[in-house]
Amino acid sequence: MMKIENLKANIGSKEILKGLNLVLEEGKVHAIMGPNGAGKSTLSKAVTGHYEIEITGGDIVYKNRSLLEMSPEERALEGIFLSFQNPVEIPGVNNAYFLRTALNAKRKHEGKKELNAAEFLRLMKEHLESLGMKSDMISRSLNEGFSGGEKKRNEILQMLVLEPDVIILDEIDSGLDIDALRAVSEGINKMKNGKRSFLVITHYSRILDYIKPDYIHVLKEGKIVKTAGPELVAQLEAEGYESIEDENQ
Amino acid sequence: MPQKEIDKAVAGEYRIGFQVDIEADTVPPGLDENTICFISAKKNEPEWMRDLRLKAFSKWKTMAEPHWGHVSYPPIGYQAISYFSAPKNPPQSLDEVDPKILEAYEKLGIPLEEQKQLQGIAVDAVFDSVSVKTTYTEELNKHGIIFCSISEAIQKHPELIKKYMHSVVPMNDNFFATLNSAVFTDGTFVYIPKGVRCPMELSTYFRINALNTGQFERTLIVADEDSYVSYNEGCSAPTRDENQLHAAVVELIAMKNAHIKYSTIQNWYPGDETGKGGIYNFVTKRGLCLGDNSKISWTQVETGSAITWKYPGCILKGDNSVGEFYSVAVTTLAQQADTGTKMIHLGKNTSSTIVSKGISAMKGQNTYRGLVKIGAHAQGARNFSQCDSLLIGSECGAHTFPTLECKDSKGYIEHEATTSKISDEQLFYLRQRGISEEDAVSMIVHGFCKEVFSQLPMEYAVEAKALLNLTLEGSVG
Ligand SMILES: Nc1ncnc2c1ncn2[C@@H]1O[C@H](COP(=O)(O)OP(=O)(O)OP(=O)(O)O)[C@@H](O)[C@H]1O
Ligand SMILES: [Mg+2]
Repeated sequence: MMKIENLKANIGSKEILKGLNLVLEEGKVHAIMGPNGAGKSTLSKAVTGHYEIEITGGDIVYKNRSLLEMSPEERALEGIFLSFQNPVEIPGVNNAYFLRTALNAKRKHEGKKELNAAEFLRLMKEHLESLGMKSDMISRSLNEGFSGGEKKRNEILQMLVLEPDVIILDEIDSGLDIDALRAVSEGINKMKNGKRSFLVITHYSRILDYIKPDYIHVLKEGKIVKTAGPELVAQLEAEGYESIEDENQ
Repeated sequence: MPQKEIDKAVAGEYRIGFQVDIEADTVPPGLDENTICFISAKKNEPEWMRDLRLKAFSKWKTMAEPHWGHVSYPPIGYQAISYFSAPKNPPQSLDEVDPKILEAYEKLGIPLEEQKQLQGIAVDAVFDSVSVKTTYTEELNKHGIIFCSISEAIQKHPELIKKYMHSVVPMNDNFFATLNSAVFTDGTFVYIPKGVRCPMELSTYFRINALNTGQFERTLIVADEDSYVSYNEGCSAPTRDENQLHAAVVELIAMKNAHIKYSTIQNWYPGDETGKGGIYNFVTKRGLCLGDNSKISWTQVETGSAITWKYPGCILKGDNSVGEFYSVAVTTLAQQADTGTKMIHLGKNTSSTIVSKGISAMKGQNTYRGLVKIGAHAQGARNFSQCDSLLIGSECGAHTFPTLECKDSKGYIEHEATTSKISDEQLFYLRQRGISEEDAVSMIVHGFCKEVFSQLPMEYAVEAKALLNLTLEGSVG
């Protein structure tokens, strides 16, 4: 699905990703864990084309194309979705209007008919209920004054509506209460269809109990240093990242 | 986003800068008593009107051009301007209007033939110095509403004009208003009788066509007790290298329980990115809430003009009267705007609301200047002001000069001001969802202006949004 090869990336003059390799398999759930500041969010930004990131080496190949020459919106239209660690607030921009614009941009890109306001609202209603979101959330300004948990649910709402092919979730579980974590996890599970790939960045095992990853990758100092099955989580929780050696060296 | 791309994104092309080739009566440039008598004679004005003009002119000669605004421009040669230009053979009915003028208005999106018009909008079209056509007059007459050119009103309703003209903006109010009082050429007059709710939107469209002419229109709206009117004005001008002067005066009077809603979409030619050409828009607009419980609302969307200098204000004289000012001012290219409002609270329990949104891009300079004054007898007066600035790029500027004067210590004034930049993080968020950079910029800007657009009548809100998009058009690609 996506192949990240020897990726090197700077923020400012500082090298953050130092030759990172990772293959996302079709239909699989990949979890990434690692210490604070290791470069997990930087990886998600490199994949989506964030303006702060300067790629200095390597490549990201997706659907047989290099992502590096594509604009952020082109990558999004081709099915790459990022749930942000800290979603930004955009005052005055109506949440529903924003999401319909995004959905219709995607549908247009795929040669599908655009949805009118009524059709869109019907679709929204369903998703809002399943996420346990209040219906006034979509008539408010985008993320403005949303609580931490509401912002995260709103990210998941967008994921459900946009139906992307590669879903990157950067700490979707941080700051969620127990019910929200369950609702969000169910939303994610609903998206599994044997084709979509997931890249789940997290610090906690709890969400992984719900969404059952196929692989656990450890990201340390700008590289993937270890890849294993879900059994690795218990070891990490017990021993921390100190004990993990770079298995590629 | 790199600066060059942002500049490209905001430097929309001026699409209505065409000039129409028609035969016109234009007086040679220059200004003296003879010019004024010429204008007055051209309009068949009664003597009293001519005398008022001459009185204003002699006042004006003793006045100095004001320079306190946060704008700069080379000296204006008042003797180099032509003070009157009119299409030859003034039309008596629509059939007689020069087809080229009709065509010009069609291009602007304002068909004058009634059947083609948006339902429920009556239009007064002012082409250079004269009103060429007022539509729906008969329908309005049925309700006793007067909607005609100011020239016609001077002939047909002298008692109303004598009573109300200069009653809100005195003849010697300021340099540009006094000049206008001497040389005004046309404009619109509206009178809404007692208890009448005007059944349609009224609007005037001003178009500068002739070269080296100034446009000096005058609008007077009187809303009698318990009446309501929503009035809209729009403006445009050809693309030219020379600067042209537009010095209008607008006076509004609201009697007891009356409500006047005045909306402006100002899209005069802004000049180019080096500051060459464009309209100098020096305008005096003021409303008088004369009666108790009256209300005047100003809504303006200002995207054009090289320089804008205007402060639509309200004098809140009646008890419980309400003044509102909602403004979006966009300066891109090398445009300069010094705009804001004056709210003068005189009556008891008067209240005013000011919402000003300034958008600056490229080399645009945007200044908000506001005065809220609470008089000694205005017990219980309240004001809420909110002035927000949005900067796009780093060469532009935003400035805020709010002034509060409170003679009554019980007055309640609340002021909020913010300045923000379109953040890269906001743009990235929208683009990550598949929205193009151009649409993302426009979405953020529209979000910023929302409170003001929601005040406009529906059709005009649509027009204002389209205009803003055009101003922001030409985006990255
Ligand atoms: N704008 C920036 N300027 C300078 N350094 C930055 C910037 N953004 C990120 N960094 C640095 O890059 C490194 C990697 O940050 P990143 O956000 O990718 O970490 P992370 O693995 O997601 O950490 P966390 O688990 O805390 O979210 C950190 O040392 C961080 O300080
Ligand atoms: Mg992070």
